[in-house]
Amino acid sequence: MFTKKNKPKKFTLVRKRVPFLFILPWIIGFIVFTLGPLVFSLIMSLFDWPIAGETKFIGFDNFKTMFTADPQFYDSLVITLKFALIFVPLNLLVALVLALLITQPIKGIKIFRTIFYLPAVVSGVAVSIIWGWMFNSEYGVLNYILSLLGIEGPDWLIDPKWAIITIVIASAWGVGTMMLIFYTDIKGIPYEMYEAASIDGAGPIRQFISITIPTITPTILFNVITSVIAALQQLTLVLLLTGGGPLKSTYFYGLFVYNNAFKHHELGYASANAWFMFIIILLLTMLIFKSSSAWVFYEAEVKKERKGRKRK
Amino acid sequence: MKITRKHKIIVYSILVLFSLYFLFPFIWAFITAIKSEAEVFSFPPKFVPDVPLLSNFIDAWNSQPFGTYFKNSMIVTVLTTIGQLISCSLVAYGFARYDFKYKNILFMLLLSTMMIPWDVTMIPLYMEFNMFGWINTLKPLIVPAFFGSAYNIFLLRQFLMNIPKDLENAARIDGANEFQIFYKIFLPIMKAPLTLIAVLNIILVWNDYLGPLIYLNDQSKYTMALGLASFQGVHELQIIPIMAMTLVMIIPPVIVFAFAQKYIVEGISGSIK
Repeated sequence: MFTKKNKPKKFTLVRKRVPFLFILPWIIGFIVFTLGPLVFSLIMSLFDWPIAGETKFIGFDNFKTMFTADPQFYDSLVITLKFALIFVPLNLLVALVLALLITQPIKGIKIFRTIFYLPAVVSGVAVSIIWGWMFNSEYGVLNYILSLLGIEGPDWLIDPKWAIITIVIASAWGVGTMMLIFYTDIKGIPYEMYEAASIDGAGPIRQFISITIPTITPTILFNVITSVIAALQQLTLVLLLTGGGPLKSTYFYGLFVYNNAFKHHELGYASANAWFMFIIILLLTMLIFKSSSAWVFYEAEVKKERKGRKRK
Repeated sequence: MKITRKHKIIVYSILVLFSLYFLFPFIWAFITAIKSEAEVFSFPPKFVPDVPLLSNFIDAWNSQPFGTYFKNSMIVTVLTTIGQLISCSLVAYGFARYDFKYKNILFMLLLSTMMIPWDVTMIPLYMEFNMFGWINTLKPLIVPAFFGSAYNIFLLRQFLMNIPKDLENAARIDGANEFQIFYKIFLPIMKAPLTLIAVLNIILVWNDYLGPLIYLNDQSKYTMALGLASFQGVHELQIIPIMAMTLVMIIPPVIVFAFAQKYIVEGISGSIK
């Protein structure tokens, strides 16, 4: 038993240590699996580091090589940005349209919601196998269906001009997660707002522009950031669907880093590549956040009001 | 909202059109999987095979050690899920229900780890696991899960923040120790978000391709994702067994999703608020 004297002391000591005991797993994991590797990767980027053989400190030479002597670096960067520029807006638009559709109060809408989300739970391996077979230019069903419509389909995976579009179409198949994020947000908009607008004579399109869009701008921001990051890191589909080809037309940045590390065994150089990507992601995220104040409408006040209304 | 007939017809036709994009590839994969060799490579493609060969699934399963792959995937999925549930609930509880020094800095740190691209830590992690002697074992895929993941912790913490403080204070007065409060009072309340985490983890880990690709060399260690991908890489033209196994691989996450759809729909909205 505690005596009266030491009990409070013990209590505060426990109170001080207990929280750290709870978060200890994460702290250990953070040091061992995140911070350690992160720092080590930065160090490696300053070395010539073959997978076997001697490592040599070379300062910023890896970065110099990257910027001045490796055309593949720029090619991969351009391809990846091209992919992001097509994929991100398209994905956002489709997600938003689908979200609007599944908020319509009509029968059987939940079934459609399930259908639209379904591909999002499927592995990238399965996605690439299924779409690879659909896109097959000899036996593919897609070009057959197009031919029925009188369109001559391209050689999707063989034509360097179309391969990137192929990846976009297959990637967009998993748009369901983003759709659900938009969906729950749109559903949270109070019905009275639309009612009031409708009394004021605003049609559905006007309502969408003046009510729906401003309310969901924080969510749009969130989705823009996450899909830009996802686009920059796309690797599984590229590895399995095109392998970077044809003619390196889908040699994405993620594949560039991966191959430099595990195919060409230049671990130091690959680390430098990866760090460059990391910095780009940080800058982009900051840029999007900075610009957000101009176009993101935070609904804190609206929400307060909404909560008050719900209680009634 | 009043819905006119015309409006309804338009909405339904758009819905059906989109459904084709999301559903047809699955259907086509199934049709391909039950075709005969001759039918698969016929042109124009056949939409209904003469004799549906369900035995293709069994043949495909036996053509490669898919039983082993399936078992390995199961081991990894189950153990990581257990690991995530234990570690994330503890950590989230620590962040949500206590005040302590450096808490905000640590939590910001936790959130910022979500931005680190996989490519940056990929190489050092490989070397680290190599040093541990873990390459070509399932350990690199399993062990990190026991130290939590930022997204899951964030999700649980958001949930725990909304519970009134009186709850643990009352229990403290009754003489419960801190761990008992967590275990007996909070863990049962966290059932819904924990289910969500389990479901998200099952889907993520079952589907993972890059992790197994980097850490596993031996066929006997392959997971479904890696086994299927390597099968396709070697036997590109055996599209029937490839499709059959692709469908088999899809089944577990789809079943999990079917049972937990409610948690996913609700959970995704909770995560961004």
